[in-house]
Amino acid sequence: MIQILAFYLFAAVVVASAAMTILARNPVHSVLWLILAFFNAAGLMVIAGAEFIAMLLVIVYVGAVAVLFLFVVMMLNIDFAELRAGVMRYAAIGVALAVALAAEIVIAVGAWSAGGLELGRRIAPIDESVPNIEAVGQLLYTRYLFVFEAAGLVLLVAMIGAIVLTHRQRSDVRPQNISRQINRRSKDATRNMNPAVGQGVEL
Amino acid sequence: MIGVTHYLVVSAILFTLGVLGIFMNRKNLIVILMAIELILLSVNLNLVAFSAALGDLVGQVFAMFVLTVAAGEAAIGLAILVIYFRGRGTISVDDVNRMKG
Repeated sequence: MIQILAFYLFAAVVVASAAMTILARNPVHSVLWLILAFFNAAGLMVIAGAEFIAMLLVIVYVGAVAVLFLFVVMMLNIDFAELRAGVMRYAAIGVALAVALAAEIVIAVGAWSAGGLELGRRIAPIDESVPNIEAVGQLLYTRYLFVFEAAGLVLLVAMIGAIVLTHRQRSDVRPQNISRQINRRSKDATRNMNPAVGQGVEL
Repeated sequence: MIGVTHYLVVSAILFTLGVLGIFMNRKNLIVILMAIELILLSVNLNLVAFSAALGDLVGQVFAMFVLTVAAGEAAIGLAILVIYFRGRGTISVDDVNRMKG
């Protein structure tokens, strides 16, 4: 009973907050609604027995991606009123497309639940006695090791790409050149002079 | 009792909302990126639901990989958004024509 209640609570809130994400006037509000949607999706995944993915969702999405969005939204100086100007222009075709998509998904789910698909053998059957994280780790570090490392590579490329894209060399400022400062020796910087009286010093 | 169909319905609604968000917010690239995140979230929900229903752990492992790609995509997308805004002073998708030549 409590499962059903929790499922409907999480499902209702995730759908409502997803709708608010795309409808909110202010992008900051959109990000906050997105965070709520992620939290509730994590709840749905906990109910399904995938604790590890649920926690990962909270950590990665709420902790990193949503904060990144928030940073960018607040960093860019955007006129919010102007952003909403063209919403209704595309609403008709958008709703039509969404309805078509939803209908297709309903048909697909109907066809799937009608049965008849042979889904082959289980690659990694869930063993109820093993904790979820342990089971995922066992699978991830053995059978999917190379895919796992490829995922790490994807993250590395994304990180380097983001840095390369946003980094810029500014010509109007003179930044500190630390290696030049450290390389400077006192004998290069100072000179002992003993000029005769009445003669200046050439610099 | 909650079955896999319930999860599929929720994730279908999420996916549709994400696609709708891409179409509705043509002036705002940030919300489009958020809509893409919603779509990927619904895909993850689908993978986890089928993983639980079929008793196979591979769905959860692949949900993790989808999560990885989503995080990378958000980082790169926001970086492109920042340099685009720096150059144009707007994030409207309608006048993105720099690649036209």
